[in-house]
Amino acid sequence: MDRFTWTNSHLELNETYVIEQGGVRLYDGDEKAKLNVGTAFLTTHRLIWSDIKYEDSCLSIPLSQIIFFEEEAARIGKSAKIVIHLHPAPANKEPGPYKKSKFSYIKLSFKEHGQIEFYRRLTEEMTLKRWENTPVSQSIPPPVAGSRGGHTRAVGIVGIERKIEEKRKEMDKNISEAFEDLSKLMVKAKEMVELSRSIANKIKDKQGDITEDETIRFKSYLLSMGIANPVTRETHGSGTHYHLQLAKQLGDMLQAPLEERGGMMALTEVYCLVNRARGMELLSPEDLVNACKVFESLKLPLRLRVFDSGVMVVQLQSHSEEEMIASALDNVSDKGSLTAEEFAKLLGLSVLLSKERLLLAEKMGHLCRDDSVEGLRFYPNLF
Amino acid sequence: TMRKGVGTGAIAKKKLAEVTLQLLLLLCICMSKQLETFKSHLEEFASKHKQEIRKNPQFRVQFQEMCATIGVDPLASGKGFWSEMLGVGDFYYELGVQIIEVCLALKHRNGGLITLDELHQRVLKGRGKYAQEVSQDDLVRAIKKLKVMGNGFGMIPVGGSYLVQSVPAELNMDHTVVLQLAEDHLLKEGLAWLDSQAAGEAQYWLPALFSELSSRDVTPEEANQMTP
Repeated sequence: MDRFTWTNSHLELNETYVIEQGGVRLYDGDEKAKLNVGTAFLTTHRLIWSDIKYEDSCLSIPLSQIIFFEEEAARIGKSAKIVIHLHPAPANKEPGPYKKSKFSYIKLSFKEHGQIEFYRRLTEEMTLKRWENTPVSQSIPPPVAGSRGGHTRAVGIVGIERKIEEKRKEMDKNISEAFEDLSKLMVKAKEMVELSRSIANKIKDKQGDITEDETIRFKSYLLSMGIANPVTRETHGSGTHYHLQLAKQLGDMLQAPLEERGGMMALTEVYCLVNRARGMELLSPEDLVNACKVFESLKLPLRLRVFDSGVMVVQLQSHSEEEMIASALDNVSDKGSLTAEEFAKLLGLSVLLSKERLLLAEKMGHLCRDDSVEGLRFYPNLF
Repeated sequence: TMRKGVGTGAIAKKKLAEVTLQLLLLLCICMSKQLETFKSHLEEFASKHKQEIRKNPQFRVQFQEMCATIGVDPLASGKGFWSEMLGVGDFYYELGVQIIEVCLALKHRNGGLITLDELHQRVLKGRGKYAQEVSQDDLVRAIKKLKVMGNGFGMIPVGGSYLVQSVPAELNMDHTVVLQLAEDHLLKEGLAWLDSQAAGEAQYWLPALFSELSSRDVTPEEANQMTP
């Protein structure tokens, strides 16, 4: 970082902008520079960086100082970077943000992406070496988007603003093209929907004759297209092979967490747990529900259970109902009476699930309630 | 009159059934071929415009509405083409996780009722400065998907916006009731507090609508003490 000099954003004669990218953080070697995130500009002559807040204070480094550069791929929690190795700073270098650095390389960290294009343009400029064209030679650099011709001195901020405007126009063009392509795509998707509907109707008529395999295959077509499935079967419901696989994975994955949580977890909790673990290629809520529905048919030790209130949980098969009710009764008798919150604290469960257990015990006649404005309290049923 | 043999009607029916079945199988083959073609169209679209979906909330709205019009739910499954190729699934499913976590974290304070505005603010905060933009429309769609998992996720229209409910409670109220009074039910569930010492008539307070409370940390113990 000691190769940079402070500069304003004015361009030199013949210097033109090539590309800019926001959301860039500078690194002195492997360490984050003591600067905010800003915008990186590439020109035909220099690499410039400016703070988002203080646009007038820019840092720049001549491209001629670059020995070589390489990409550093993004990893989990880390943005993609371009690593730039530099010649030592010349003795007469103007002052910059760092007096001395132990590193001979810097990094640009692209927090808002854009590294691919930036890298490409940097490669181009380093190949063309346009900074070597002196003003004396009449060679005019090839027109680049946003260039203002070879002989006028551009005022920095205006140049930047113009670039932004052009970028916006390009974005608008991209968007309208995207909408156009989207409409065409939807026409094709609609054809698929109509075809699938006519098949589904025929399947309904012929339910006895069509094989299970065919039905499952058809269901997977519907799943791929996101078309609602009008054909259900007792054995797999709206499930497909995908859901069967998923159910088995869940069976493995949820065993330990369920045991830690007293044998029961709300489905929303499972959703968060599983998706956080996956990181990508996440499950949809419907995928999860459909997978849970086939636990029983696959003889896995888990069950999907829906309480009267509509709360859905995944429950360990080993966790018998009687045990839960008996322990609820014990706890309540022990303390005389309990609210859902108190019970939750006692068991280390969520309030939601504790309440469901108390309600269940009540349903079975072991507990009765005292329902007042002060809350819902459960007592052993002595009636 | 032609005498119909006992068997002829049955045979004809059987033949018809066979033909229909063949037709059906042919249709399925046709569909699988069409599906492959569609998949490649989608791939092409994705290669050009995948970024647009990620970065542009307006485009997402348009996309969702078009899908709904033709009868397609791009968020039905993570295994769907839309999700796999456009990445639209991951975007919403992850948002679902973030919504659940925010609601869970605040439940002891607001009883499971939160304004869409506050939810939006907190989700954005949790996602960090450089994450993709998330609009309220995105939140609403994500919440609609969460509903299939039970657990009482719902949205109550209030004023021009929504209250998001994340616990199962019978809140069948329209926006006028929510704004006017809380029912006993709300009091019981700790969703509303009764202020009998207010000047004039008794007043009901809905913690979910307190904006100051959301900037101050209240422990569950404190919250219990506050409940009359």
